[in-house]
Amino acid sequence: MSRLRRSMLFVPGNNPGMMSDAHIYGSDALMFDLEDSVTLREKDAARLLVYHALKTIHYGDCERVVRVNPLSTPFGKADIEAMVAAGAQVIRLPKTETAQDILDMEAEIERAEKQFGIPIGQTRMMAAIEGALGVVNAYAIATASPRLVAIALGAEDYCANLKTSRSLEGSELLYARGAIVVAARAARIDCIDTVFSDVNNEDQLIKETQAIKQLGFDGKSVINPRQIKPVHRVFTPTQKEIAKANRILAASREAEARGSGVVALDGKMIDRPVVIRAERTLELAYASRAVFEEDEV
Amino acid sequence: MKITTPASAGTMESGDIMIEIESSDQREVEVVLKSSVANEFGKQIVATIRNAVEEFGLEYAVINAVDKGALDCTIRARVAAACQRATSSTAFDWGKNA
Amino acid sequence: MTQDQAFYTALNALNKAAYVPGENPRLYDKDPVPLKNRMARENKIVESLEKAVELSGLQNGMTISFHHHFRDGDHIVNLVMDTLARMGFRDLRLAPSSLSDVHAPLIQHIKNGVISHIETSGCRGALAKAVSQGLMDDPMVFRSHGGRAAAIEEDEIHIDVAFLGASSCDPFGNANGYSREGEEKSMCGSLGYARVDAQYADSVIVLTDNIVGYPNVPFGISQRLVDYIVCVDDVGDASKIMTGATRFSTNPHDLMIAEMTSNVIVHSGYFYEGFSLQTGSGGASLAVTRFLREAMIEKNIHASFALGGITGAMVKLLEEGLVSRLLDVQSFDLDAAQSLKNNRFHQQIDANYYANPYRRGAAVNQLDVVVLSALEVDTSFNVNVLTGSDGVIRGAVGGHPDTAAGASLAIVVCPLMRGRMPCVRDHVNTIVTPGNTVDVLVTDQGIAVNPRRPEVAERLEKAHLKVTPIEELARRAERITGKPDPLPFGDKVVGICTYRDGSVLDLIRNLT
Repeated sequence: MSRLRRSMLFVPGNNPGMMSDAHIYGSDALMFDLEDSVTLREKDAARLLVYHALKTIHYGDCERVVRVNPLSTPFGKADIEAMVAAGAQVIRLPKTETAQDILDMEAEIERAEKQFGIPIGQTRMMAAIEGALGVVNAYAIATASPRLVAIALGAEDYCANLKTSRSLEGSELLYARGAIVVAARAARIDCIDTVFSDVNNEDQLIKETQAIKQLGFDGKSVINPRQIKPVHRVFTPTQKEIAKANRILAASREAEARGSGVVALDGKMIDRPVVIRAERTLELAYASRAVFEEDEV
Repeated sequence: MKITTPASAGTMESGDIMIEIESSDQREVEVVLKSSVANEFGKQIVATIRNAVEEFGLEYAVINAVDKGALDCTIRARVAAACQRATSSTAFDWGKNA
Repeated sequence: MTQDQAFYTALNALNKAAYVPGENPRLYDKDPVPLKNRMARENKIVESLEKAVELSGLQNGMTISFHHHFRDGDHIVNLVMDTLARMGFRDLRLAPSSLSDVHAPLIQHIKNGVISHIETSGCRGALAKAVSQGLMDDPMVFRSHGGRAAAIEEDEIHIDVAFLGASSCDPFGNANGYSREGEEKSMCGSLGYARVDAQYADSVIVLTDNIVGYPNVPFGISQRLVDYIVCVDDVGDASKIMTGATRFSTNPHDLMIAEMTSNVIVHSGYFYEGFSLQTGSGGASLAVTRFLREAMIEKNIHASFALGGITGAMVKLLEEGLVSRLLDVQSFDLDAAQSLKNNRFHQQIDANYYANPYRRGAAVNQLDVVVLSALEVDTSFNVNVLTGSDGVIRGAVGGHPDTAAGASLAIVVCPLMRGRMPCVRDHVNTIVTPGNTVDVLVTDQGIAVNPRRPEVAERLEKAHLKVTPIEELARRAERITGKPDPLPFGDKVVGICTYRDGSVLDLIRNLT
């Protein structure tokens, strides 16, 4: 199974305190930010801080993602050079609007990989869609480069772009979310939902995460370690779902053994997509340690 | 490379180090350190600062450092940022093994 | 029989004296005056602290004691010491149950020769720093709560005069750490440490700012143990004694450690219907309660009792029926103090009942699980809660070694590093709790189990909780922080850290 991206913990790039052990909270990915959380005067310092952190600190199994400044700013080029040299696994491009944005960034990344002796193509990419044009171009963006592992939604800028405001039930994001999921699936990459900023409202976080999981998202960005467990719980199959998946797969294997193409369980016919979903449920269950192979009877 | 203006980088937050750098009349790198862990790591912090200044390419400087328990990688980053700002240069050898 | 000659002859032969009204000076005459008048006329209240000191017979060189239930809001120690200094006392030996930041004025009394020796559980702030730098000729002796109580009971510490602050006291000495009438100015809940002093001191002076009607029962300290009562303006500063319920930490490191510790407890083999528990009063060790409560509800498991160091979090469990009883030697917040006052299943206990090292029945020996915090832990599982990583005295031994020795499972919680200081290392600055009594260490970067408890490690592994050798944790910390240089200790011994029986665990040297 490909890498889990259920949670991506946001780590401000100019805060050394948080940077030294951001991995202990068990998120699937860490996103070190050089963009919006860093003031203009500190862009140089943040770049150096994240560079040195990535080169020195062992972040365990967390995927190391860095959000760089766009190439249209004075900082983007140096950001990419530094982060590629530091061994960042994924470069996240904010405010992606067109496929060309991806291609321009990819060119810079490749140049840096050549310069620093890093295997070409090793540095992956993630595109954040934060405006209407990006949503319109979602599929083109998602397929613009083989380096892309995921596309993500950035809701704050998107809503401003739409000339509306954020609401708890999020109807203003419905189209964007749908478009991004569809584009990601068509391009066979992951899709990640936007942050939920009210750190104290765990109930609402869980509600929103359940809703976006239902839409098809693979994961969600988080801004506080406390949000990681609730998000993981939503994305982890329950024991009931696992038991059901096991039964479906057992029925499928049994039908195959009989040489029959018809799978039946509890008197009902099970379609092929249901079997595939059951397989994915079990994969997810093992990957998120909801079950352990050594515990199987 | 020459220091064209005094500069600083870093904050007084826990885990950070505030580095102030200015040019020196003496032909040496002088480090004045105030640290919450002076007894246990004072020598190492001064050595790390010196090392980072030399790696940047500066031979004479006066560094005033106020440390709040920063790790070595943070110290190096803050020193490099202060040096860059003091020499008005953006050069940094990203490819060098840290 | 008629009291005739035969009566007296028989008495003579039996060698007994006859009753003669008014003859025995020890007996009080019958007094027809109503109680309210009688009490105003004759009681144990003395007009001034100086008078009480005179009556107590205090001499230079004697030992005096205090309790620390008023914590950093205490006024009693400074008030009494200022008065004794003014009265010209010298070479006094102090045996408070603990000392806090607020007791910095003792520095001057030490310099002036009023105080020559101190035995305590802990010391903080400017006084601690001064002691670390060599202020006293006699080393400060540190004892655990159980160790102090036993030393007092066995007369190794002989208290000549105990000065005990109380939130309320009636004219004959029934004293409490709360009040049922008048202004509740200085609530502190349990008087568990004070009770031992009251029981064994030669002379007991209660200081209070709230005289209430007789009888002030139920009592924390019985009138029978009290000799004199002095009224003061304020026994303490309420805002610094205690505040509302102790809040759970929101520090993500603490919460991570707390949740992991709760998981360890659940899978340790000591989580069963009727288990018993003690947790610390802050940070990660308090937050464990929050997560354990969810597990208790989910698995329908109730605790027979919780011991402590009681906070509002434990009171909540009591009120929810998840814990049947609370045993309280020290209340940590107003919720706990209120519960002690009003709930008969929240029992005040004294320090000997709590942790006397020589009694099999001591409450700490009935613990399944204790969760303790630490400043540092070493690779032999020795724990330091007394001196900082800079070598300065800054904490207290408290009930740490008592509970670790008594509980079936002692869990210590500590982050791997605090800033740049490694907290898991090869040697701690001061051994306060010996490693042979510490079973599990939970850090934010891994769990270590003492090799003495392989069955616990096995249970945790079976539950898919990864166990890491403690040496590996120490190496990991060192790799990140670098190896600290040795501290500049001098040759003078400024502190002696004793184990529960008075034997020496470690020596604290001065810092140059």
